Order: sequence, then C-alpha cells, then structure tokens
Amino acid sequence: MSDFSEIFDVLLLRNYNTRLVVICTFLLGSACGLMGSFLLLRRRSLMGDTLSHATLPGVCIAFFLGVLLGGDGKSLPFLLFGATVTGLLGCVAVLFIRNHSRIKDDTAMGIVLSVFFGAGVVLLTMITKMPQGAAAGLESFIYGKTASMVYSDFKLLVTVTACVLLVTVLLFKEFRLLCFDEAYAAVQGWPTKWLDVVLLALVTTVTVAGLQSVGLILIIAFLIIPAAAARFWTDHLDRMLLGSALIGGVSGWMGASVSALIPDMPAGALIVLVAAGFFVLSLLFGSKRGVLVGWFRQLSLRRNVGRQHLLRALYEILEADRIGSDEIVIRPVPFRQVRGRRTWSDKQLRKYLRQSYHDGLIDTVKKADAILLTEAGLEAAARMTRNHRLWELYLIEYADVAASRVDRDADAVEHILGEKLVALLEAKLIKLHTAKGLAVPASPHPITPGD
Amino acid sequence: MMDWYAIDTWIVIVGILAAVSCTFLGNFLVLRKMSMMGDAISHAVLPGLAIAFLITGARASLAMFIGAAVVGVLTAVFTQWISRFGKVDQGASMGIVFTTLFALGLVLIVQAADHVDLDASCVLYGAIELTPLDVVWSTELFGMTVDLPRAVVILAPVCLMNASFVVLFFKELRISSFDPELASTMGINANWMHYLLMTLVAITTVAAFEAVGSIIVIAMLIVPAATAHLLTDRLHWMVLVSVVLAIVSAIMGHIFAISLPGWIGLDSNLIDATSTSGMMAVATGLIFAVTLFIAPKHGILAKRYYRTKVTEIAE
Repeated sequence: MSDFSEIFDVLLLRNYNTRLVVICTFLLGSACGLMGSFLLLRRRSLMGDTLSHATLPGVCIAFFLGVLLGGDGKSLPFLLFGATVTGLLGCVAVLFIRNHSRIKDDTAMGIVLSVFFGAGVVLLTMITKMPQGAAAGLESFIYGKTASMVYSDFKLLVTVTACVLLVTVLLFKEFRLLCFDEAYAAVQGWPTKWLDVVLLALVTTVTVAGLQSVGLILIIAFLIIPAAAARFWTDHLDRMLLGSALIGGVSGWMGASVSALIPDMPAGALIVLVAAGFFVLSLLFGSKRGVLVGWFRQLSLRRNVGRQHLLRALYEILEADRIGSDEIVIRPVPFRQVRGRRTWSDKQLRKYLRQSYHDGLIDTVKKADAILLTEAGLEAAARMTRNHRLWELYLIEYADVAASRVDRDADAVEHILGEKLVALLEAKLIKLHTAKGLAVPASPHPITPGD
Repeated sequence: MMDWYAIDTWIVIVGILAAVSCTFLGNFLVLRKMSMMGDAISHAVLPGLAIAFLITGARASLAMFIGAAVVGVLTAVFTQWISRFGKVDQGASMGIVFTTLFALGLVLIVQAADHVDLDASCVLYGAIELTPLDVVWSTELFGMTVDLPRAVVILAPVCLMNASFVVLFFKELRISSFDPELASTMGINANWMHYLLMTLVAITTVAAFEAVGSIIVIAMLIVPAATAHLLTDRLHWMVLVSVVLAIVSAIMGHIFAISLPGWIGLDSNLIDATSTSGMMAVATGLIFAVTLFIAPKHGILAKRYYRTKVTEIAE
C-alpha cells in the first residue's frame, strides 16, 4: 500500500499523469452531471446508454471510409466525427419513433440501442477480419482506458465542457421549460422539437468526447448517477445542476485518485463506484427527497394525526354530556370510553396519550385510569374539533359529499389544512351556520362511537 | 453466391430459439415500459460471473449461470427498490443499478487478473456462429448424421418455459401489465407477477447470451414486440405476431450474415466473417422501420392518410 505522502501527492495533483487524468475526469463528470440533470427530468436517463451504443457503427463506418481513402483508418478526429454522426442519428431516430407512433420513449431507446449496436457489431466483426483491422484498437472505444489520457484529451474535454456550460447558461430558461412543461412551452411558441434536438446534440457531444477517453459504462453512469443523487437534495433546477455537476466532478476526482494509488484498479469502474456511493448517501440522507427525511415526515404527520384524533374524541365526549349551557365542563374521562370512540388499539391510544401528556395537553388520573384535559388541552381540542367540523361543512356545502360519509373524508384532509385555508373556510361557513364567532359549530351528522 | 450447409440450419435454429424465448417475455416488458431491462441485465450480470469464477476457480458453466441469474434478478429487485423508495424514475434507477454492478464486476475481475480468459467483452459478444461446433449428442437419422448443439439443449427448455409461462399466466400478466391496481383488487399479486417475469427475463438473458451473445437478447426482447404493438391492438395477437416476427428476423439475419461479406469482397467461406447476432438485430430493426411507416392503423402513412381524410371531410 501507499503511504501518506503518496496519497497527498495524488490528491493534490503533484504528478503530471495523475493530474491530467484527475482533471479530465473532473471536467467530464461536471459536464455529464449538467446534461444528466436535464435527461433525468425528461425521464430519459437511459438516453446516454442508447447514444453511446449508437456511436459504434459510426466509428466503424469512419474506419472503413478512412481505409477506402487510403489511410490506416485510425485518425481520431475522423472516428469521433463518425461516432457523433451516428450518435445524433440515433437520438433523432428515438425522437422520430416517439413523436410519430404509439411506441414509448423507453422502447424507442431500446430499439435504437439494439439495432444500432447490432449494426456496429456486424461492422466491427468485419473490420477485425480485414487485413488492416487487426490493430485497429477500436475496442478501446467501448472500454476506454482512463489511466492513459493524453494532453489532447484534456484539450478536447475543456472545449466540450466550456461549450456545454455556455449553451446551458444561454438556454437555461428554455431547457427548464422543456423539462417541466413541454406542452406549455409548445403552446407558448417555443420550438420544443428543436430545443430537444439541441439538448440531445449536447448530450451526444459530451458522450462522444468522454467515450474514447473513459469508456462506455462510465459515460452512461456519469449521465445518470450524479443527477439522480443531486435530485434528493433540492427542488430547484439551478441548484440541482450545480449539485449534479459537483457530484460528477468529485466522483471523477476521487475515483481517479484512488485508482492512481492502487495498482491495476480500473479508474472508470472506481469512479462509477464512488458516484454510486454518493447516490446511496443522497438516497438515504437527502434533505428534500431522501428516504430518512420522508420517514421522519411521515412519522411526525402520523403522530400529529393521532394526537388530533385523541383530542377530538375527548372533546366530543365532553360535548355530549353538557346540558343546556354552552360551557364545556372538564371531567375525567375513563380510558375505556375514549378507547370506544375510534378503531384504535390500546397500544396506539396509550402512545398518543403519552405524547399528549408530554405536550401538557392532558393529565391522567392514575387510580381511575381516566384522562383529564388541561386548559391548554381543551383549547387545542376545541380548535381541532372546529377545524374538523368546518371541513365537514365545506364538503357538504361545496363538494356535495353525503353527510353519512363526510366524517371519514374530512378526516383524510383536515390534518393538512393550513391556517389560511381554515380562515377562508371560517369566513365562508360561519356566516352560513352559526353566528357564534369562534365557537365550535355543531356536528353536521350524528356522532356515534367508532366514527 | 450463398451456400447453405447443415451448420447454417443449426445457427438459424439456435437463433430462432433465442429470439422466440426473448420475444415471449419482451411483449410484457414493452407494455410495462421496462424495455431497457434486457440491456441492463446483460451488463449487470458481470459481478455474478466474476464471483462465481472467483469461488469455483474455473469457467464452470453451471456456477456462472447461477451467479449471473442471481445478479440478474437482483438488478430487477434493486431497480424496483430505488424507484419506489427514492421516487426515482424507473429508467434512471435501472441505469444506476446496472452501471454500478458492472463497475463492481470490473473491479472483481481485476482481482482475478491472472485468469485472463475472463474479460468484460466475453459477456457482450457470444458467438452464435460457433454454437453448432459445440455438440453434445450425435445420432444417425435416415442415413444422415445429426449433431445436436449444446446451445439448442440450453435454449429449447428456456423457450418452452417462457412460452408456457405466458400461456398459463396470460390473464394475470395482461391485467397486471395494464392495470396493477385492478390486478390487486382481483386477487392477483401484481408484485409477484413482476418479480416472476423479471426472474424469467434474467434466466433467459443469461442463458441466451451465454449461447449466442447479448445483442440478440437486447434486440429480440424489444423490437419484435414493439413491431407487433404497431400492428395490432389485441394482446394475444401481439404475442403471436411478435413470435412470428422474431422467427422471420432470425432467418433473415442469418441470410444477410452469410451474403454480406461476399458483397463487399470478403472471403465468404469464413463462417464468422461477420456477426450473425448483430445481423439478426439489424434484420429485426429493418422490419420495425418498415412497419413504422406502413402499419395499417398505427403506421405513419396510415395516420397521415386518416388525417388528410378527416380534413377533407371537415372541409
């Protein structure tokens, strides 16, 4: 293994070769991250896959032509040009199939991928049988070797990254519209089909530039993983683009560095694994759509709902035994009676009771196994019940829901009512049904245990 | 000129078996918008092959087959998990899973670097042209020697299995493909159907590309089914038509493959002068391209014709 000074040498790019590889993969990762975000939002992440396979026949045809024109067929710019042409052709074919038939995006991509790649394999096999083909080295187009980058790769990648960045900045607004509401963009008069082609042309450029320096699988991964990872952290396109480019770049830097430290480790594969690591971290801990955040939100919502149910049950019990006066009198309510109000288990109910006790909303009468609302609890309970009834009224008045099933429907929505909406409902409904201002309106349906 | 030998018959038979096995399942992949699954699995199985190789230390076919099939099923499972828990688009989660698994496979293979006979490209290009040379059983029949290739012995049961799966579970597959929620209310576990289908796709993919190369698998899983989708609106017709198309493209592909090298002046007596698998993919692609234009109801020309007719009536 290597010692620390060697690790620092690599991470700080002191060695010329490592520096070149690391900077190149960083640039490529950023450019792919940018493009990948658009692909992800257009639900076309596998376009990179299709495209990179569709370049194969182009490379082979360029090689054939090169040989026909008298060269050895291995001129890199010419091969790249061939790759770009069939890559673009593949993209256009996908768009054409999708726009002009009932075939969906994913199937169109699969068709283009397999047929173009099939044609490429046919040509490649024939090349290897040709006398000039033995040393063609076209294989490295499919499985690129990151560790052997040269200065011309660097120049190519800088140019491509700059292009991609420039076009993205210039057409940011248009691309955003295309990603989020294609139909609206079309109605607004934007040339959506051409924007789509421009976007895919950029993706093709990035793919072709990366393909021969880092290989097919890394390009596919670079176009998907950083964007998907960045999506977990933000709902803003600009931040997502930034995050995705950053994750792509850092994966390239780290993966290439590690592969420089450990002999015989394929850099491309390591970069993919680093990016996948970032993806898993984002999937779990992402601040906007991460799994843990989602669970936490669900948990707190469930807790809130449970507490609201409990308070409303208590309120309705107390409400039922007031006679004549409007004043609700707080009395201890036996556990059994609360238990009978809804279909909840003892365990659930005890949990909600514990939480409400912790929040100071109820008190328990230990020996009698009964529950006593506090003043704050009563106020909260009145508010909850009021919201619930307002919502019920709204459903009956405006949404034509039958009174017999309104309770359940109200139950499903009321917990997420915002204050603004409550105020609006009040304004509309209180006038209609009760003139008592802040009082709790009467239930629009008979209250039975188990509701 | 084209010469046809017994070996060509076997190549076509192997091609047809592989194509039909894939097509049966492919119909449902197309309907479920999971067309790229074949491509994903064919890349993703690399770590399965590598691990089986590292454990057994040999290219024992059964261990590698099991390793690959297990990873293939895992690909489907992980894809499902990521798209469900992370709310990631299915295509993207497929891409994440297969690139990561492929990268893992590459790293594992490097660990076994001494054994040079296992490399990434062996996964992608099987050689259908060479399958008739690998004979498992030979007999005299009406004075002719019949050599049964190993690929036929592998692919025939797979084909039969897929055909019977589709026939037996036709109703369940149909409902769970079009309306998973309805399927659930009817007591069909759509989830189980999904995983069953994916398991078969994984087994078929692995079995077929071990024998004939992955390009046939990827193409035949989708293209004949998509072509049939343009030709008919009934699912059972779609399955039947796609199977016929798969057979036709396998035959056409091989005919192209043995005639093409002659046309461009290569030695056409070489049996592997070009790639038959690739040609079969191209053939099925050509059929699709033609159908895309001339299909009676969903073709581009037909739609254009109806549109002009509608405008005429309107005017």
